[in-house]
Amino acid sequence: MEGLKYIGSRILQSFFALFCIITITFFLVRLAPGSPLSDEKAIPPHLLAQMNEKYGLDKSIPVQYVRYLGLLSRGDLGPSFANKGFTVKEVIAQSWPVSAIIGFLGLGIALVIGIPVGVFAASKRNTNTDYFLMGVAMLGICLPTFVIGPLLGLLFGLKLDWFDVAGWENSTAWLLASLTLGLYYAAYIARLTRGSMLDVLSQDYIRTARAKGVGPLKILFKHAFRGGITPVVAYLGPALAGLIGGSFVVEQIFGLPGLGQHFIKAAVNRDLLLINGTVTVFAILIIAMNFIVDLVQAWLDPRRKLTTS
Amino acid sequence: MISSSASDSGVPVVEIEKGSSLGKDAWYRLQKNKLAMFSFWFFIAITLICFVVPLIPGIPNPNKTYPDLKSMDAFQSAVSKDGEKVFYLLGSDYLGRDIFSRILSGGRVSLGVGFLATFVSLTIGVLYGAVAGFIGGRLDTIMMRIVDVLYALPFMILVIILVTIFQNSLWLLFVCIGAVEWLTMSRIVRGQVLSLKNQEFVEAARSLGLSNWRIIIRHLIPNTVGPVIVYTTLTVPAVMRLEAILSFLGLGVQPPHASWGSLIKEGADRMVSDQALLIYPSIVFAATLFALNFLGDGLRDALDPKTSKD
Repeated sequence: MEGLKYIGSRILQSFFALFCIITITFFLVRLAPGSPLSDEKAIPPHLLAQMNEKYGLDKSIPVQYVRYLGLLSRGDLGPSFANKGFTVKEVIAQSWPVSAIIGFLGLGIALVIGIPVGVFAASKRNTNTDYFLMGVAMLGICLPTFVIGPLLGLLFGLKLDWFDVAGWENSTAWLLASLTLGLYYAAYIARLTRGSMLDVLSQDYIRTARAKGVGPLKILFKHAFRGGITPVVAYLGPALAGLIGGSFVVEQIFGLPGLGQHFIKAAVNRDLLLINGTVTVFAILIIAMNFIVDLVQAWLDPRRKLTTS
Repeated sequence: MISSSASDSGVPVVEIEKGSSLGKDAWYRLQKNKLAMFSFWFFIAITLICFVVPLIPGIPNPNKTYPDLKSMDAFQSAVSKDGEKVFYLLGSDYLGRDIFSRILSGGRVSLGVGFLATFVSLTIGVLYGAVAGFIGGRLDTIMMRIVDVLYALPFMILVIILVTIFQNSLWLLFVCIGAVEWLTMSRIVRGQVLSLKNQEFVEAARSLGLSNWRIIIRHLIPNTVGPVIVYTTLTVPAVMRLEAILSFLGLGVQPPHASWGSLIKEGADRMVSDQALLIYPSIVFAATLFALNFLGDGLRDALDPKTSKD
């Protein structure tokens, strides 16, 4: 019962956060002077009138806002002004698989590399192996994505010719893109895992287990792992938000037609409805991820009180 | 504790009297951390080089193009067709500009953004956190709720929208980045203030009739300085990264001006023909971020011995 109540209130909170983000972006992009349609000479007057009719672009901003929310609730994101003949929904539908693949593969790479390295380093605490691994991880954190990306492209793409360096159709550039995206988070997760594993390993119940004669591997995985992994799970929410930002860079480097590219182009061209649309998609993703992370955390650590605050 | 660990590492340390201040203790501890000290001096050196070396006569103008001196190698001197003698320490780029002085001028922008945006975030975060923590009660709940909601916002997206709306003004870039980086700072300061505000010195200040504002500014904020310094040191590289990402995406510094981010972008675009353009700025940028991160870690260990590195 307690749990259900918690989930219910978290869902409400999530919707409120989503609403806030949609509202903030809506007003933010309209702060700048001029209508998005005013400088588009190519739009015939009757079409313009039709658009104004439907989206109220000639009306005041609050009126536009109410209309936008109404259309949004019916799943209509409006037309994209910069991509003529396309609706925002079509643009998003075309581009989201690209971003989703590199994003989740990147996250997967980060977890698959980061967690084992962190656990291993913690088990070899303060040895040269530990220092070496954490040094490499520090390197991974300090080298920005836009440095790693071109360097990986140079090495694996041009020198070794294992992967393509750009493109989406019939191209393997997305693998390099995911790797670029994942490495930074792998490094961060490795450091995080090491730190929290060491925290857990120094606790009394671990000493008790050791005193009872439990083997070191069993202590590491059976007793310490579950507690040690909790901060990593908590980090996944912010990590996803960061991955989205990183995907903008990676899509640019490897010429992938993902959501990030469209978002940047929309921002530069002041394609207002496309900005709102893409931001809504990003926001839903981040909020959903945070929600899942909260639930998994509660499951991993039953002591954590299920409170709404 | 201090003297024993000092003798362990074999560094001669002046015997510390009982009354030595927190700041002095921390400075001693920091000095024993060789990596952090090296990072500290490295960072000072990079900053000085970026700001002082361009004043030396004979250093080429970073934005001047020499169409006949394209893609020169490092350590080469050449005479342009106007009869001007140019020395290329790290070679020249695809427009004949001096890579070395471009890295310096990019550094001035990157470091400038780092300092100024950090200052903005420091000011907002410290004041916000101190007020929330000191006043407490309902106001505190509301203020921290706002921070929670802002934490859930995708910042990168917000900054990109702000920057594009306001047409690539460099100063606005500082403010925008600073304005989104203050959240963690406010939480740290609030936590500190919560634990400080019931201590006797605040009671004493209050009984002397000092206003809330004065207590916050003169008595509470100076006492939060340790964690604030640590977090500030870590904010500078975070901000520089963000600026570099924006410049990389073409949304930050506009040509002919450069920042380390935009230089790396130029290099990445031309990495097939000329790898020097990518590699030199990348090394300088990464080394600076390295130094700042190590310095931040070292400061954390020095100012807060309880939470040691492992």
